Amino acid sequence: MPQQTAGTPTYQQKTTSRRPAGTLYRGREGMWSWVLHRITGVAIFFFLLVHILDTALVRVSPEAYNAVIGQYQTPIMGLGETALVAAIVFHAFNGLRIILIDFWNAKYQKVMFYVVIGLWVVTMLAFVPRHLTNVFNH
Amino acid sequence: MSTTIEAPRSPYARAPRKRGVNWEKWGWIYMRVSGVVLVVLIFGHLFVNLWLGEGVSALNFAFVAGKLTNPFWMVWDVLMLWLALIHGGNGMRTLVNDYATQPLTRGILKWAIFASVAVLIILGTLVVFTFDPCPAGAPADLLPSFCSAL
Ligand code: HEM
Ligand code: HEM
Repeated sequence: MPQQTAGTPTYQQKTTSRRPAGTLYRGREGMWSWVLHRITGVAIFFFLLVHILDTALVRVSPEAYNAVIGQYQTPIMGLGETALVAAIVFHAFNGLRIILIDFWNAKYQKVMFYVVIGLWVVTMLAFVPRHLTNVFNH
Repeated sequence: MSTTIEAPRSPYARAPRKRGVNWEKWGWIYMRVSGVVLVVLIFGHLFVNLWLGEGVSALNFAFVAGKLTNPFWMVWDVLMLWLALIHGGNGMRTLVNDYATQPLTRGILKWAIFASVAVLIILGTLVVFTFDPCPAGAPADLLPSFCSAL
């Protein structure tokens, strides 16, 4: 920001670090969490478009709805649902992290990123075995 | 020695507006408020539909009929529908602003996002409020058990 060079020193000017700094979203945890947040957000959006259409089949006939929900119960789709839940759980926890950065304190963004990863691992460890048992035992 | 970094996305394509409603600000607030509510709604949705009982293998028309005749789940689903689609649509708009550089492509993409969100909100809302758990002529074994009492 050239107009700031004359005034109070910015965070970028005060630092002795050689790495580009001054924005949370450049490099390392701050950037990768953002990349993942974007990719998962887009993936969930496209799933949701299809999901509302498949749910709408309850207005067509019980047979039509059962045919499509039966697809959700196949092994391939079972793996897809695992990926979807992985995406939504990351997006949800990291979304809360973004909110905490904005309204609470950006200082803890790295710690909070590892908390997000930790909560994600715990949630997935609880969910995946149970879900895959349901999918593959039927 | 320090590195100077250009402020992201400057200069502005259009001068920032100085008066009137700051829609970008309200969009920013909406993403955060809807996000908090969506955590509860979506985790609850996945807990009931994927975790309880036999999870995904238990889903069928009769299961949905049990939920969509209950006002609690009707309100839950409609809230989730509106909040998630507007949140996702507004998020997609951010991506178009970031990656689509031609005014025409931007226009087409944003219009397509808006149209799909609007159509699906109307469709999903109608599905929840016009749902018929016991459609005439459907085989009884596919229907929820309370239909036979009619
Ligand atoms: C694999 C995971 C999922 C399964 C098996 C599933 C299953 C279902 C089922 C059976 C219904 C019918 C109504 C009900 O149960 O309440 C439904 C409706 C709905 N689901 Fe999901 N769901 C999944 C993931 C999601 C996700 C991640 C979202 C949000 C982004 C979502 C949003 C919705 C909405 C908005 C409705 C209501 C649709 C309408 O108004 O017509 N679902 N889902
Ligand atoms: C589970 C609860 C959710 C939370 C806590 C959450 C939170 C957030 C937050 C805080 C943002 C950042 C907005 C900004 O930077 O201004 C965001 C962006 C986004 N969200 Fe969500 N969200 C959730 C669910 C969803 C769902 C269901 C969808 C898809 C239908 C979605 C799609 C997106 C997209 C596409 C973006 C834009 C990404 C970007 O600008 O990089 N999110 N979300």
